Amino acid sequence: MNKLKFYFPVLGFVVVAIALWRGLYLDPKTLPSMLIDKSMPSFELTSVDGKQVSNADLPSQIFLLNVWGSYCLPCLIEHPTLMRLTEEGDIPVVGVNYRDQQDLAIDWLEENGNPFSFSILDESGRFGIDLGVYGAPETYLVDGNGVIRFRHVSVLDEAVWQEQFLPAIAELLAEGS
Amino acid sequence: MASSVSISNSKMRLFAISLLFALCALSLPSSSYSQVDTFEFDTDEQQQRFRSLSDELRCPMCQNSSLSGSSGGVAEDLRREIHRMIMEGMSDAEIIQFMFERYGDFILFRPRLTAGTILLWFGPLLFLLIGAVIAFGIWRRARKISDDDAELDKSQQERLQQLLGDKS
Repeated sequence: MNKLKFYFPVLGFVVVAIALWRGLYLDPKTLPSMLIDKSMPSFELTSVDGKQVSNADLPSQIFLLNVWGSYCLPCLIEHPTLMRLTEEGDIPVVGVNYRDQQDLAIDWLEENGNPFSFSILDESGRFGIDLGVYGAPETYLVDGNGVIRFRHVSVLDEAVWQEQFLPAIAELLAEGS
Repeated sequence: MASSVSISNSKMRLFAISLLFALCALSLPSSSYSQVDTFEFDTDEQQQRFRSLSDELRCPMCQNSSLSGSSGGVAEDLRREIHRMIMEGMSDAEIIQFMFERYGDFILFRPRLTAGTILLWFGPLLFLLIGAVIAFGIWRRARKISDDDAELDKSQQERLQQLLGDKS
C-alpha cells in the first residue's frame, strides 16, 4: 500500500502533463459554428446589384457562401482564389456583403473583379447574425439541399482550399453517390 | 533584541501580503467600461435587463470582452438585437437562447452544464475535495504519531523504569 502511495503523485503528474500537452495544440481562435448541418437561414433581401434575392436563388449544387466587405483587407488576399474557383468553374460562390455600403461594394467589385453569382446585401448585419458571423472574411460550404456543412473563419487561400475545402467537398460527394 | 527584530519582520510580511491582496482587488475586471448606449427604453427595468444581458454575453469578435464592453461591429449589431428583443417583450431566457442558437457556448460567459463543461463547473469542487482528503489524512497521521509518542507500550515502560532505576 505504501509503495502504491508513492505512485499517486507520479500518476497525478502524468495526467496533468498529458492534459497540458494536449492544451498546447488547442487553437483558442477556433470558432465552432452552430449552423453546421442546419439549413441556411431564410432570407428575402436585395443583392448588391439591386435585385430581390431569396433562398430560391441559391445554387442547387454544392456552393460556397463567402462573407465579404469592401473595408475588409483580408478579403483582398483571398479574392484571387475566389476568382480562380469561379473562372475555372470549380464551384459557384455566393457573396454576403456584410456591414458594408452598397456603393462602396459595387466600386470594390468593379475594381477587383466579381467572383460571386450574386452578393446578398446585408448592410445592417442582421442576416450575418442569423448565420452566426463573427466578421469578414468567413466562408461556408453549403450542399445541394441548402444545408451548411462546413465553415472556415478568416482567409480562404489556395492552401486552405486544398487542405480543408477539397476534402470536405469530396466527403459530400461521396455521401451523395 | 532578537524578538523585536522578528516582530518587525512579521509586520513587514503582513504589510506585503495586504498590499498584494489590494493589488489583486484592483486588477479585477469591472464592468464600468461600457459602451455609450443610445438605446431608449420604456422602463428602467428594461434598461437594467439590457445592461445585465450585454454584460453576460461575450463579444464573438474580440474573444475576451463582453458585448457591453466592445465596440466591435458584431457586438454593436448584437446589442441592437438585444434592444429589439427586449422591446418586443421577449424574456431573458429567450434572448439568451436566440444568441446560443447562432453563436453557441462561445457567446455565454456562464457556459451551460453539459457533458463537455461538467469538469469546468465542478472541477474546482473536485480539487477542493481531493485537497480536503489529503489534508485530513495528514492531520490524522500527525495525531496518531503524537498519541504514539505520549503513550509508551509495555516494553518501553519497562525500559523506562530500568533507566530510572539505574539512575536512582
